[in-house]
Amino acid sequence: MENLMAALKAQIVEQLNLQEVKPEDIGDDQPLFKDGLGLDSIDALEIIVLLQQQYGIKIANPEQGPEIFHSVRTIAAFITAHQNK
Amino acid sequence: MHSDVWIAGGGVICGIGNNLSECMTAFKHMEPGMAHMQYLHSVHRHTFPVVEVKASNEMLAGWTGMSAKLSRTALLSRVAAEEAWQSTGLGDIRKFRVGFISANTVGGMDKTEDFFAEYLQDNSAGQLSQVIHHECGAITELVADAMGIRHHISTISTACSSGANALMYGARLIKNNMVDVVIAGGTDALTRFTLNGFNTLMILDQAACRPFDDTRTGLNLGEGAGYVVLVSDALAAEMPAGKTPWCRLSGFANANDAYHQTASSPDGTGNFLAMKGAMDMSGIKPEDVSYINLHGTGTQNNDAAEGSAIARLFEPHYPPVSSTKSFTGHTLGASGGIEAVFSAWAVKEGVIYPNANFTKQMKELPFAPVTAFSSGHQLQHVMSNSFGFGGNCSSLIFSKSAQL
Amino acid sequence: MYNDEAYITGSCVIRNNRVYRNGTLLWEAPQEQELPEFLRAGYDHFAGQYPKFHKMDSLSKLGWLATEVLLKDQPLDYPAERIGLVLANKSASLDTDLRYFDTVKDIASPALFVYTLPNIVMGEISIRHGFKGENAFFTSDAFDAAFMTGYITQLFAEGAMNACICGWVEVMGPVYDVFLYRVEQQGNGEIFNTHNLQRAINIKSL
Repeated sequence: MENLMAALKAQIVEQLNLQEVKPEDIGDDQPLFKDGLGLDSIDALEIIVLLQQQYGIKIANPEQGPEIFHSVRTIAAFITAHQNK
Repeated sequence: MHSDVWIAGGGVICGIGNNLSECMTAFKHMEPGMAHMQYLHSVHRHTFPVVEVKASNEMLAGWTGMSAKLSRTALLSRVAAEEAWQSTGLGDIRKFRVGFISANTVGGMDKTEDFFAEYLQDNSAGQLSQVIHHECGAITELVADAMGIRHHISTISTACSSGANALMYGARLIKNNMVDVVIAGGTDALTRFTLNGFNTLMILDQAACRPFDDTRTGLNLGEGAGYVVLVSDALAAEMPAGKTPWCRLSGFANANDAYHQTASSPDGTGNFLAMKGAMDMSGIKPEDVSYINLHGTGTQNNDAAEGSAIARLFEPHYPPVSSTKSFTGHTLGASGGIEAVFSAWAVKEGVIYPNANFTKQMKELPFAPVTAFSSGHQLQHVMSNSFGFGGNCSSLIFSKSAQL
Repeated sequence: MYNDEAYITGSCVIRNNRVYRNGTLLWEAPQEQELPEFLRAGYDHFAGQYPKFHKMDSLSKLGWLATEVLLKDQPLDYPAERIGLVLANKSASLDTDLRYFDTVKDIASPALFVYTLPNIVMGEISIRHGFKGENAFFTSDAFDAAFMTGYITQLFAEGAMNACICGWVEVMGPVYDVFLYRVEQQGNGEIFNTHNLQRAINIKSL
C-alpha cells in the first residue's frame, strides 16, 4: 500500500503536470480536489486516463470520480480492490 | 442614427431536415434525429448516437455545385447560406454590399483526418490537397467565393457560442452601414476529432440526450449549418412584393463566465450576464420574453448553470423554454446559427418548439421545459442562448415589430 | 451617452524570446531556448504562484503571460463585466489540435482536448483577472489593425465595455508572435486609432 501510494503520487504529478508540487509533498489523506491540492474536473478525467494506462482499470461512470479520487489513499484502495479481482 | 437590424430570411440544414420546412415538420411530428453513424467512420459507431445530416458529401455537392472533395463543413455551410439568401427574394446577390460572417470550430478537420489516416500508414501517401482547408477561415472563404460574396468575410471561432457571435458581429456591420446585407451564422460537420474529444470529457450520452431533465447524462453531437440574413431599415423597406422581414435582432450580449476552461460556474454567472445584457439592449424586462430557446446541451453542468441563471433572472415570470438540441443534437459552431434561425422563425410564425425526451423535473429548478409543439402564439420577444467552452456566453433577442 | 474616444494605455510584445512593455525591452531569455522552456522562465520571472499555468497550451501561456506583463503594476480599474477581450491570430488552435491528434492513437488526453479551441486563451485570461466582459476571437492571415480598431471602437460606442485587452496571439510549432494592448476609455496614452495601434508595437532598438 505504501509503495503503491508513493508511485501514485509521482504518476499524478507527472500526468497532471503539477510542476510546482513534489510527490512527497502530497499527503496520503490530503483531499486532492478543491481546497486540498486544488485539482479540477479536467484533472479528474486525466486521473481516469492514468488508471487506464498504468493499471488497466477503466472507470466508465465519471460520477464515481469524487468518491474514488478523494485522496491518494482512496485511489490506492480502489486500485488494490480492482487488481485483486 | 443607427439602423435597426432586421432578419430578412434564414436557412438551415441539420439532422432533422435539409431545409427549414423539413425541420418544422420534424418538430411538429416529434421526430428527433438521433441515430447510429452512417457517414462518420469511428470506433464509437455503436456506442454513441449522433445527429448526422442525412446526405452524403456527393449529394451535398450535387445540390450546391461544389466539389464533393471539399470539406463537409463547407458543403453544409453552402446549402444553408443559399437557402437563407433565396428566402429573402432579394435576387442577385452581386447587387449589394454583402458580408459573410460564418462561425465554425472544426474547419476542414474531416479532410485532415482522412489525410492523416493514410499518412500514418505510409508517409508518402495521403493527398496534401486534403489539408489545405484545415483552417476555420478557409471554409468561410470557399463558401463566400462560391456565392459571389466579396465585401466582408470573417470567421469567428469561439467554441459553441460562435454562431451566435457571428450574428452579433453581423449586426454591428449593419448598424454602422458597412454593408447592406450580412449572411451570419455557423457550420460544423461531425468529425472523429470532436467525437473523441467529447468522449474523453465523458459528456456524451449513449442514449438520446435529455436536456433540462433530472436524468440527463450528457449530450449527443450533431452537425449542420444555419444562417440568417441581416439587413438594415432601408433594405427591409425595399423587400420584394410578398416578402417581409421575419423580425428584428433587437438585442445581443456576450460575457465571460471567468470560472473554468470547460465548466460553467454553478450559478451561471456568464449566462446571467449575457441574458441580462441582451435584454438591456432590447430595452425589455424579463416578463416581456415570450420564449427562450435554451443552450440546453443535456450535460449535468450546463443545464444546472443555465437553469439557475434563468431562475435568478426571471423569477417569478418563467417564459416557456425548450432546447432544440433534443432534436438536432449539439452542432457546436453551427448551433448558434441554427437556433437563431429557429428563434427568428418562432417570432414570425408564433411557434414554440418542444423539448424531446423530457420526463423528470430537475429538482433544483422551479420550471420545466415545454414538451409539445404549439402554434398560434403572439411571440413578442424570443431569446436564444449559446454558451461555449472558454466561458464564452452569448444571448440574442429576436423581436416582433409594428414598424414597417 | 458615450464618448467614443479611447486610449492605448500599454502594450506588450513577446517575440524572439524577448518581452517588451511599451516598446522597451523588459526581459530576455537566451535565443537558443525553446518555446516551452522560454515560457516557463517567463512565468518564473513575471508571475509565479499560479500552478495552473503549467497545464495550459502554448497559445494560452503566451496570451496569459503578455496580459500578466500588461497588468502587473497597473491593473485595469473597471467593473469586471465592463472589461472585454478581442484577440486574433492566424493558426487558431492548430498547434494544440495536432498535439491532441497525436494522443488519440493511444488514449486521448482530455486536458489537451480542452485547448483545441482558440478562445480558451481568453477564458484563461478571464479566469486569472476575473474579466467578465465581451470576448471575440478572429482568425485571419495577418494582423489587421484597421479592422481591430474599427471593431473595438464600435464596442465602446455601443457601451458594450469600458476597457479591453486586444491584439494578436499566434503560435504554430516553434514559431510564435504576440502583441497585446490595453485600451481604455479613460487614462493616459496615445489616442486609440489604427496608426497608433501599429506604432505602439514598434520596438525601440536595443
